[in-house]
Amino acid sequence: MSDPEARPGAAGARPSVGGVGAISGPPLLMVEDVSVRFGALLALSKVSLEVRRGEVLAIIGPNGAGKTTLLNVISGFYHPYEGRILFDGRERTHLAPPDVAALGIARTFQNVALFRGMSVLDNLMTGRLLKMRGHFLLDALWWGPAKRQELANRAKVERIIDFLEIQAIRKMPAGKLPYGLQKRVELGRALAAEPTLLLLDEPMAGMNVEEKEDMSRFILDVNSEFGTTIALIEHDMGVVMDISDRVAVLDYGRKIADGAPEHVRKDQAVLDAYLGATHG
Amino acid sequence: MIYREAGQFKTSYSADQAIFPIVQDRVVVVVAIVAAFVVPTVVADEYWLQAVLIPFLIYSLAALGLNLLTGYAGQLSLGTGGFMAVGGYAAFKLTTAFPQLNIIVVFLLAGLIAAGVGLLFGIPSLRIKGFYLAVATLAAQFFLIWLFNKVPWFTNYASSGTITAPPRSVFGVIITGPNATAEARYVTVLALVAVFALIAKNLVRGRVGRAWMAIRDRDIAAEIIGVRPMRTKLLAFGISSFYCGLAGAEYVFLYLGSAETLAFDINLSFLVLFMVIIGGLGSVLGSFLGAAFIVLVPIFLTNVPHMIGLALPVALMKQIELMVFGGLIIFFLIVEPHGLARLWQITKEKLRLWPFPH
Amino acid sequence: MASVLYAVFVGPFKDMASSPSFLIEVLLGGIATGLMYSLVALGFVLIFKASGVFNFAQGVMVLFAALTLVGLMEKGLPVPIALLVTMAVMILLAFAIERVVLRPLVNQEQIILFMATIGLNFFLEGFGEMLWGANVKRLDVGIPDRSVMLVGIQVNQLEMSAAGTAAVLVTVLAVFFQRTRIGRALRAVADDHEAALSIGIPLKTIWIIVWSVAGLVALVAGVMWGAKSGVQFSLSLIALKALPVLILGGFTSVPGAVVGGLIIGVGEKLGEVYWGPLVGGAIENWFAYVVALVFLLFRPQGLFGEKIIERV
Repeated sequence: MSDPEARPGAAGARPSVGGVGAISGPPLLMVEDVSVRFGALLALSKVSLEVRRGEVLAIIGPNGAGKTTLLNVISGFYHPYEGRILFDGRERTHLAPPDVAALGIARTFQNVALFRGMSVLDNLMTGRLLKMRGHFLLDALWWGPAKRQELANRAKVERIIDFLEIQAIRKMPAGKLPYGLQKRVELGRALAAEPTLLLLDEPMAGMNVEEKEDMSRFILDVNSEFGTTIALIEHDMGVVMDISDRVAVLDYGRKIADGAPEHVRKDQAVLDAYLGATHG
Repeated sequence: MIYREAGQFKTSYSADQAIFPIVQDRVVVVVAIVAAFVVPTVVADEYWLQAVLIPFLIYSLAALGLNLLTGYAGQLSLGTGGFMAVGGYAAFKLTTAFPQLNIIVVFLLAGLIAAGVGLLFGIPSLRIKGFYLAVATLAAQFFLIWLFNKVPWFTNYASSGTITAPPRSVFGVIITGPNATAEARYVTVLALVAVFALIAKNLVRGRVGRAWMAIRDRDIAAEIIGVRPMRTKLLAFGISSFYCGLAGAEYVFLYLGSAETLAFDINLSFLVLFMVIIGGLGSVLGSFLGAAFIVLVPIFLTNVPHMIGLALPVALMKQIELMVFGGLIIFFLIVEPHGLARLWQITKEKLRLWPFPH
Repeated sequence: MASVLYAVFVGPFKDMASSPSFLIEVLLGGIATGLMYSLVALGFVLIFKASGVFNFAQGVMVLFAALTLVGLMEKGLPVPIALLVTMAVMILLAFAIERVVLRPLVNQEQIILFMATIGLNFFLEGFGEMLWGANVKRLDVGIPDRSVMLVGIQVNQLEMSAAGTAAVLVTVLAVFFQRTRIGRALRAVADDHEAALSIGIPLKTIWIIVWSVAGLVALVAGVMWGAKSGVQFSLSLIALKALPVLILGGFTSVPGAVVGGLIIGVGEKLGEVYWGPLVGGAIENWFAYVVALVFLLFRPQGLFGEKIIERV
């Protein structure tokens, strides 16, 4: 998979060596003909797409196209009434969200879903929950294995805090942070789970130019340093062109295009969808 | 100037996550605990022990239990009285059936039984939230009280319908029954409360506490992280009921001496809820502050008019008490929903700068 | 074992069949009680529908209204004047509650508001007792608490008038909500405070109206219950009974409050009379709650409530 050209001043210039783009092999996530219905409203209609290992996939489309619904169905909040979802080659369609998390899928939300009453550090530590084993009695005494586990996980979380440059705010209650930092903390919480697949729902929404550059940098670093596969919903076309390997386009609950960013940009159906041509 | 952390750098995560990371705090707490054990037993008179300190500690334990469930896990419960009753009656049945069993063990077993009952009533909570859940706990409250009233087996067929704590001793010291001294009872209660307060603090600052707070703050996001809401809520119900059951057993055996179901009615549930709200939801310290507040207000209200020469009838005192409680609840919810604990935190932050203004 | 099964599943029905006129009397009593529960539940529904607040103090408002009415009558005011003054008092109370409790807490979550109403509950309890005294008072509204024979069945005059009044009031309120402009505005507010504000619906006024209406409903309920069993503290506990009614009927449904009330009222009475002797009586204390619990397990939104869909 070739690099998109690094344009001067572009947010995340893709490095030209090692670990970028999709690794060949079976896709990490396969969505096959998935349809989701809320009462009479058809939110997704026979959507099929795949997410390849190691890639950054952008999901775009006009408002109401069903992008968040797609992420929600992958996360297990909604169950499709037809179609399948396969993760790592195995059928995973009807799992509940905690089970999906156990598979190694983490996500962020469109309207930041941080735990407002907890500090940043605690929010990130909750992300480690699945990596921590239950030692109830020892927890109660703050002793031995429970204590060691807590501290080991603290160390890992601190690395993420360093990576995201949020050391100064680690003890602040999450609810009191400005919006841009909240989004970063939410990314941190998702990263804390050491996911194989990271789903980001509009990670740059409401950010200014510098914040977007920072966030793009983080996302690319996560992809290149940790090898995490990333699927993100995004509205900013510049960001999408810069950081994604492939782009999928949804409109009215259907996938209308899928491919490399340059091709999708020129696809007629996509242009129609965004410019509002009538739909047949 | 006195309360400053300058120069206290933490060089390990272990030190940073200690319960009292600031040295001044640690010193004060150690001194306070030692003083708590020594001073009242030596200095305080019967009245202070019996009417203030012992109930304060027992209510703190119950408030702690409710705080874990409502303040940390976000599950509102109006059944505290009922679960305390379970603890009290369970302890009574256990010790009368097995008189040779150590009474402390009996208390702990009573707590476990209350935990079991709590789990049972917690199962409906899996699908419902907010005040729907409160109704389920109300059902538990009324049903349990009715049960203890109607089934004479619980009171060992006593004609008076009350349960009375038989004399029991630990390490040779009588701590229950009519001959137990206030000092002995006080030390027992203090020891139990101190241990379980520490356990509660350890639970809430670790994995369990975080899972609870995640459910409380944003349960949908919690699921994304892998929290299993059912298990987490049930755990909260179980542990909370254990604490309330233990408090209930202490209530009968180490404070009241004998009790009937009236002692555990819905008013007790509200009282403990008030302690938690006023003291601070989601705070171990808050449970203690709230309990202290609720225990002291009636004493204050009865004594102050005397001191300034006003003689008020008892009924009026009760009514003023109700109004003051009600008013304070509203006041705290408006002004500082995080209660006295938060006010205390703010004070400490101001102390850091004192005597400088900023 | 068989005898237990018989006693629970067969015996009571045989008892019912053996004396149909008695059964009807029990049913009527249950319906009357049920309608009175509905009346109290209605107060909850009104406030919840319009402000999203579960008013725990509804029961004590019933008590407070009744206490004020009786207190004024004892001071010598004729009944109609006393009623008018009490109505004015309840409206004043609504103003005060909006200013002191609701407005400062307008953005808080439901649980905080609920707990504030618990505080309100205790405050009004103390306040009412302080103003009017704590002993049981008789409330005489001119309808005798006597039974008459009607078509061979004993019917209590007071209960029947109470039931009739409740039915009328419920119908009026139901129509009010569905048909009038204000009713629509109330439903909008219940749905989404901010959206309603943005359309220009005056939140403050709506709240005052609603809490006043709830206060008046409380007054009617207070008169009913007070005339029947005297005005005393236990009146406020009736509110706790209203909770199962709401669970059954749904928190936001006026017809639900009626149906729920009837089910609970009739169920309680039947349970107490026919199954009560089996377990030593006093089933009424917890029957309603257990029914509510069962509902919560299988249909948390009640018979008529809206299913809560959470958007992620």
